[in-house]
Amino acid sequence: MQPFSGLTLLRRGLSGQRGWTPQWRRAQPKPSYDAVIVGGGGHGLGASYYLAREHGLKNIAVLEKGWIGGGNTGRNTTIIRSNYLFDESAALYDHALKLWENLSEELNYNVMFSPRGVMMLAHTVHDVQVSKRHIHANRAAGVDNEWLTPAQARAFCPVLKIDDIRYPVLGAALQRRGGTARHDAVAWGFARAASALGVDIIENCEVTGIRRDAKGAVEAVETTRGLIRTPKVGVSAAGHTSVIMKMVGLQLPLESFPLQALVSEPVKPIFPCVVMSNTIHAYISQSDKGELVIGAGTDAYTSYTQRGGLHIDSHALEAICELFPMFRRMRMLRSWGGIVDVTPDRSPIIAKTPVPGLYVNCGWGTGGFKATPGSGHVFAHTIARDEPHPINAPFTIERFRDGHLIDEAAAAAVAH
Amino acid sequence: MLLIECPYCGPRPELEFSHGGQAHIARPQNPAEVSVQEWTDFLYMRSNLKGVHAERWRHTHGCARFFNALRDTTTDMFLATYKVGEQAPPGAAAAMPAANRTSKGQP
Ligand SMILES: Cc1cc2nc3c(=O)[nH]c(=O)nc-3n(C[C@H](O)[C@H](O)[C@H](O)COP(=O)(O)OP(=O)(O)OC[C@H]3O[C@@H](n4cnc5c(N)ncnc54)[C@H](O)[C@@H]3O)c2cc1C
Ligand SMILES: [Zn+2]
Repeated sequence: MQPFSGLTLLRRGLSGQRGWTPQWRRAQPKPSYDAVIVGGGGHGLGASYYLAREHGLKNIAVLEKGWIGGGNTGRNTTIIRSNYLFDESAALYDHALKLWENLSEELNYNVMFSPRGVMMLAHTVHDVQVSKRHIHANRAAGVDNEWLTPAQARAFCPVLKIDDIRYPVLGAALQRRGGTARHDAVAWGFARAASALGVDIIENCEVTGIRRDAKGAVEAVETTRGLIRTPKVGVSAAGHTSVIMKMVGLQLPLESFPLQALVSEPVKPIFPCVVMSNTIHAYISQSDKGELVIGAGTDAYTSYTQRGGLHIDSHALEAICELFPMFRRMRMLRSWGGIVDVTPDRSPIIAKTPVPGLYVNCGWGTGGFKATPGSGHVFAHTIARDEPHPINAPFTIERFRDGHLIDEAAAAAVAH
Repeated sequence: MLLIECPYCGPRPELEFSHGGQAHIARPQNPAEVSVQEWTDFLYMRSNLKGVHAERWRHTHGCARFFNALRDTTTDMFLATYKVGEQAPPGAAAAMPAANRTSKGQP
C-alpha cells in the first residue's frame, strides 16, 4: 500500500495523477479463516481493522454481499455527536468521538472528519426542559454540550429563522465537538488499512448459511462463493441482521425500517454547522461538495426495499423550508433509502450470542454512523477475547430479558 | 405512499393508517405464570421477516379499527388484508402473480 503524504500528492499531481494503485487488495475467499466478519459497512470493516491491529488476528475476512460501504454507511447523513442521555451511551459514543478525532492520521486516509458543531433545536417548553436535562447529564458524564439562547443559536447558524414561524426556536443544545465525516471515505479508509494488515476484503459474497458443529458452535459459513470454515463469525449487517440470525434460529429484538435522506443541488458554502430538530423533524448540513444533506424520517412499516414513501421526504422538506426560508426555491437532486435495524430502546446490541463463536453488532438503527470507529473497536475486542470490552458490556441481548434497557428514544434526536 | 385496503372501508391512502407491528402475537393469558424468556419473547422478540409477513394496521383516521395484513417486505406489496379474528385467506401469497412482485404498484 502506498502511504499518502503531501509529497506523494504533489508528485502524482505533477505526473498527471498516473501511477495510483488500488487502495486495497481484491481478495479471493480462502477455504478457512480464524474469524469472519459478515457485512462490509463501516462497522464490519472497522472491526476487522482493530482485530488485525490490536488483537493480532490477521487471517480474517470481511464478507460483503454487495460492495463495501453500499449499505447504510454509504447512505447516511453522516452526523456525528456523543450527547446521548445515559452513562452507558455517553461512554460508548464518546469513545467513538475520540477515535474520530484522530482517525485520518490513524488510517493515513482523509475521512474528512469536520467537528463543525451539532445544534439541536428546542421549540416547546418541554423541549427546553429535556434539552437542559440532557446538557446536565452530558456534562456530568464528561461530554461537552451547552445551552444556547435563540439569539445565540441564530448567531451560530445565521440562516436559521427563530421567530415568525409556527414553532419558534426557544433555544438549542450545542455539541461543538460534533460534526460530520465523509461516509465513503470511512469505509474505504478502514478497508485500505485492514487490507494492508492482511485482512481479505471480499465483495459480492453473500452469507447464506451458518454451519455449527455437534456442540452447536460455529464452524463455517455458507456463501454465494462457497463454504468458508471459521470458528468465529462477527455479524455486522445492520438492517439484515434478523435474516442472518434466523440461519441459527435466533430471534432478536429488532425491526427493520426504511430511512430516507436527500441532497440538493450544490451551492456555495452557506451552512456552517449541523442543525437537528426533533419536534418538527428535520436535520440538515452541507457537504463539502456544496449539497445540502437532509435527513427524513422512517416509514411506518418494516421493509427491506431500500426505498420509502415520498410523503416522508416532503414532511422533512416542509420543516426545512420553515426553519430556513431561503432554501425554499432550491431543487433536490437525489433521494434514497437505507434499511435500519431498530431496537425497542433505540440502543445497539454489541455482544456475544447464545451460539458459541457467533457475535453480533446491530441495532444501531437510525444513528450508528457516528459510532463507527468506537463500535468496530469494542466489537473486535468482543470477538477476539470472547468477552465484551467494559464499554459494550451493558449492550447485551439479555438486557431486554433482565429489564436493563438503555432507553435513548429521546436522545435519538429525531423521533423515529 | 401505500394504498391500503381496510377490510371495513376499502382502499385508502397510507396516511390514514398507523402501523401496529407484527400480527398474531398473543399476550400470555397469565403473565405471572410464564417464564421470563416467554415474557421477553412476547414483549421484544420479532420475526422481522424478509418476505411475506403478517402485520397489524389500524385505520386511525377512518373507522379506527385494527385489522391484519399480509405484506411482502421485499416489495412492500400487500397480498391480503383481513379482519381481526379471521384467518389470512389461504394461499394469499401463492395467489400473487409473480409478475406483480417486483412492481412498485399495489395489488
Ligand atoms: C438515510 C439514513 C440516514 C442516516 N443518518 C445518520 C446520521 O446522520 N448519523 C448517524 O450516526 N447514523 C445515521 N444513519 C445510521 C447509519 O447509517 C448506520 O447506523 C450505520 O452506517 C450502520 O453501519 P453498518 O456498518 O453497521 O451497516 P451497513 O453500512 O449497512 O453495512 C452492513 C453491510 O452488511 C451487508 N450484508 C447484509 N447481509 C449480508 C449477508 N448475508 N452477507 C454478506 N453481507 C451482508 C450489507 O450489504 C451492508 O453493506 C443513517 C442511516 C440512513 C439509512
Ligand atoms: Zn377502516
